[in-house]
Amino acid sequence: MSRDLILQAVISGLLMGLIYALVAVGLTLIFGLMEIVNFAHGEFLMLAMFTAFWFWALGGLDPMLSLPLVAILLAVAGILAHFGIIRRLLKAPMLAQVCGTFGLGVALRAGAQFLWTPDFRTITNPFIAGRVQIGPIFIGQPQLISGGICLLSFAALWWFVTRTETGLGLQATAQDRQAAAVIGIPTERMFALGWAIGLGCVGIAGTMLSTFYYIFPEVGTNFALLAFVAVALGGFGSIAGSLLAGILIGLVESLGGLLLDPSYKTLIVFALYLAVVIFRPHGLFGRF
Amino acid sequence: MSGSRTDMLKTARAEPLWPRPPLWVSALGAAALALLIAYPFIFTTSFSQHLMILILLYALMAQSWNVVAGLSGQISLGQAIFFGIGAYSSTVLFAKYGVTPWVGLMVGMLLSALAAVAIGVPTLRLRGHYFAIATLLIGSGVQIVFQRWDWVGAASGLYVPIERASPWFYLQFHTSKVPYYYLALGAVAIGYLVVWKLRRSRLGFRLQALRDEPDAAASLGIAIARHKVLAFMISAAMMSVAGTFYAQYVLVLDPERLFSAEISIIVLLMTVLGGSGTLWGPALGAAILVPLSEYSRIWFGGTGRTIDLILYGILILLVCMWRTSGILSLLEERIRRRAEMP
Repeated sequence: MSRDLILQAVISGLLMGLIYALVAVGLTLIFGLMEIVNFAHGEFLMLAMFTAFWFWALGGLDPMLSLPLVAILLAVAGILAHFGIIRRLLKAPMLAQVCGTFGLGVALRAGAQFLWTPDFRTITNPFIAGRVQIGPIFIGQPQLISGGICLLSFAALWWFVTRTETGLGLQATAQDRQAAAVIGIPTERMFALGWAIGLGCVGIAGTMLSTFYYIFPEVGTNFALLAFVAVALGGFGSIAGSLLAGILIGLVESLGGLLLDPSYKTLIVFALYLAVVIFRPHGLFGRF
Repeated sequence: MSGSRTDMLKTARAEPLWPRPPLWVSALGAAALALLIAYPFIFTTSFSQHLMILILLYALMAQSWNVVAGLSGQISLGQAIFFGIGAYSSTVLFAKYGVTPWVGLMVGMLLSALAAVAIGVPTLRLRGHYFAIATLLIGSGVQIVFQRWDWVGAASGLYVPIERASPWFYLQFHTSKVPYYYLALGAVAIGYLVVWKLRRSRLGFRLQALRDEPDAAASLGIAIARHKVLAFMISAAMMSVAGTFYAQYVLVLDPERLFSAEISIIVLLMTVLGGSGTLWGPALGAAILVPLSEYSRIWFGGTGRTIDLILYGILILLVCMWRTSGILSLLEERIRRRAEMP
């Protein structure tokens, strides 16, 4: 096995990992705020990919142009989900919370299958296509750009959460809901904001993914599984943790696929989850 | 102290299945039982028998989920693992070694219970979401392994060899669905009897205690992890029986279908819809969702048109939002109100 091949795997794993991270950060944000695991997360990613696809197929809008539109639409969907569904589920026992979001996911996935058939679709001629060569390494341009956009999104999210007053309010709500309410932070609005940002990130990740990945109703399932792993690895509620964990998963997956058998690459990642939740239940990067 | 506990057990055992069932409820129950026994002779079409067999099968599967989630409070999203193990155990033993599926059934239950220990010992210590996600991932992982495992037919699966002689020995009935119906009915009857007994046993009370108040239960000296693993084992064995039955019924093993997350999801949906933690909730859920699925397939036709899953998803969402105790509790409330009326 040549050095180049490994380097190639590292780069592509890194770029894919950035997407995983951006999907995971939405999940972690929502969990950090209201301790609810969004089991419909993968389905929202699927919806984002289809939204980008239909903008391209029907409106002729390239994913790079529809990116802000999809992000905003998904954010609105997040707000609607919060006020329409989640707010009620918050008062319910955990079983109902898990089953409720799960049910939402099932309905969305089946709905997509009903409306758009289970066919695989692709966006055929995006603005950004082809690949660049750096020495012996080939990198797909869509992957490169989407990696960059994911990093930018993370930077923006980091700035927002740590440097703005609203972001601090978000953090305060995550730390202690009641204390935050006492000092006048509108926690209900913070929850909705968390959903908006979380699904907005999914919107960005989905749009970028749609430029180089197949689009089909079941597409979200595997990404959601990997996002769960990333969130557990990074520690539930940690933004930086999910970035690192996403990248780690991308690397483990591509290197595992290279060194072992490609069909077992997901198994390695799942084993990683089990190892982490059993031996380090607060995540690799979370504080004890 | 121990005396009062025995008293509590006594009163609980004396408690009827339903909260003080009025006469008309008992009569309805008896009529339902009679209908279940006579069903294949009243409804003789193949479809109506198939529908009822599916309802019974899913009622058993949903009850299996109910044991682990409803009783011990751990949300398993990987029940399909044990369904698959049950199906594969009997079929591999029969196809490769000619062993009767009756033995395969036992082996499947044993293997499933062992798998439940292997999965449960490390993961059942995890609380809530972590366990749910772990089972989701393990379920998906097991499916990948079976799809790649050449000895059991990899992705194309296995066929159950056709045996026309001595159908009861080989558990295959090619001319009629009636034997399948009674087998399913028997399996459900035994399964529900076990759970009924379980719910009123010491083990059952401990499970419910650690579900509702884990910390209090632990401080009373209940070994939480061991009890949860035990519940998981019982649940796995029940699921395995359903798997063996299903394999004998359709005579084809397809890892894509047997280990699919859809099976794990559907048993959850049925139980929560009917009423998780109750005895009859899973059966009610199965009786609602199976016909919904079969008839939507007839009316809207074809594969890929997943009307039934859309309805399932919406139904479960509504139940979780508005009636977390399930549909059964609505009925119970009505009965209680009627009973209290002068």
